[in-house]
Amino acid sequence: MSADCFSSLRLYSWRYNSKLAGAAAAVAIADLWSLCKAWVLAQVQTRERIGASVEEPKKLQLYSYWRSSCSWRVRIALHLKGLKYEYKAVNLVKGEQFSPEFSNLNPIGYVPVLVDGDIVISDSFAILMYLEEKYPQNPLLPHDLQKKAINYQAASIVSSSIQPLQNLAKYIEEKVSPDEKVPWVQFHIGKGFTALEKLLNGYAGRYATGEEVFLADLFLAPQISAAISRFKVDMTQFPLLSRLNDAYNKLSAFQDTMPEKQPDAPVEYKG
Amino acid sequence: MDFNGQKTPSDSSSPSSPSKLVLYSYWQSSCSWRVRFALNVKGLSYEYKSVNLVKGEQFSPGEFRDLYLTTSVDISREYLEEKYPQKALLPLDPRLKAVNLQAASIISSSIQPLQMLSVLKYIEEKVGREERLSWAVYYVEKGFFALEKLLEDCVGRYATGEEVYMADVFLAPQIAIAIARIDIDMSKFPLLSRIYESCKALPEFQASSPERQPDAAQ
Repeated sequence: MSADCFSSLRLYSWRYNSKLAGAAAAVAIADLWSLCKAWVLAQVQTRERIGASVEEPKKLQLYSYWRSSCSWRVRIALHLKGLKYEYKAVNLVKGEQFSPEFSNLNPIGYVPVLVDGDIVISDSFAILMYLEEKYPQNPLLPHDLQKKAINYQAASIVSSSIQPLQNLAKYIEEKVSPDEKVPWVQFHIGKGFTALEKLLNGYAGRYATGEEVFLADLFLAPQISAAISRFKVDMTQFPLLSRLNDAYNKLSAFQDTMPEKQPDAPVEYKG
Repeated sequence: MDFNGQKTPSDSSSPSSPSKLVLYSYWQSSCSWRVRFALNVKGLSYEYKSVNLVKGEQFSPGEFRDLYLTTSVDISREYLEEKYPQKALLPLDPRLKAVNLQAASIISSSIQPLQMLSVLKYIEEKVGREERLSWAVYYVEKGFFALEKLLEDCVGRYATGEEVYMADVFLAPQIAIAIARIDIDMSKFPLLSRIYESCKALPEFQASSPERQPDAAQ
């Protein structure tokens, strides 16, 4: 409110001259209104200037194949951490992983690959550790070091002792014999699952290492799902993993990210 | 390095005083080698407990079986790093950290499992000796070409600069075994060759090598 308005009010106070005081008050109110409008306009203009100089954060991009269990691990993590991303499909069956564009991103030709601004990371474990550091909400690892190690071990069993060997199924079918494919896959899954049952005994709660979803679950859920749906593994031998699978089936972080719900899932598989 | 080896007097990697760390290891296992290298880099003494994989000791009832059933568990990656942070195995820079983790994963998921002796034996039995050899070379070379590309922007004396990090801990044993077992042509991999030469010069790496282990050539 301008100084003049205040002065007018003092000079023409209501007690001494109500009409003049009322007129001064009206002027003061109009003045105040103009000042308020000017203030608000200035704020808006300032914010627009600030907004124009700050770039919109670049969206995360995830190069993924609908059926890749490695990609599924990362999709679960992104969901848990509430991170939006652009899905970039890489059709492994059509050989799109060998395109010059993708080879630049990941020379070994595997999905997933995460692009976060200028940073490009391939390999699901490396991506998950990166996400864990950069976006610490909804942590993927427990604080307790021993439990943390159990998570690493479980992840390692899946990513080194099961998944790479299971992925050789096509080679075994072609080079050895079609009859050897299923025994090969079931042997390696079975060996890994037996180890996991033992490892998690004493640590598992609702999930692999307690009552919260952690790294181990991100590796286990896609692996168990594949074992059941693609390779017909008899899960009655693995009661702990079966129980975990039931828990995963109830969680949106797993259900919403499953292969059949991805943009590149073939029509005949879409849920 | 003599892999065909002669039984050489091996320096014991067990300390004279009791230590709290115990490492179950097989002298020829590249996974065990990674951990031995990492323990040496961090200056951690440990008790060496040998598990003869050829004799199947990993399956016989006893202490090892009770602890663990699988032969390819690798925990050096993060556990040692957190509990014993001296001489960090991961750089602080997020991009370089990610490169180290990627390199470790390429080796532990895309190379090592596919050229394990048990897998090579299966291929030889079911398909033939020539297929075994070409299989091993194929997967090692595929992984090594990927590693050359991955590391080209950040390689220094070692994989990701002037210090030994996790990538080196995984790489050096893998390269050593590839040279010894499948006679890989390392001239195709100039960066990896350079990294390997740097690691070979390190006492920590030499002390961790298979033929220096208590159970060597048994």
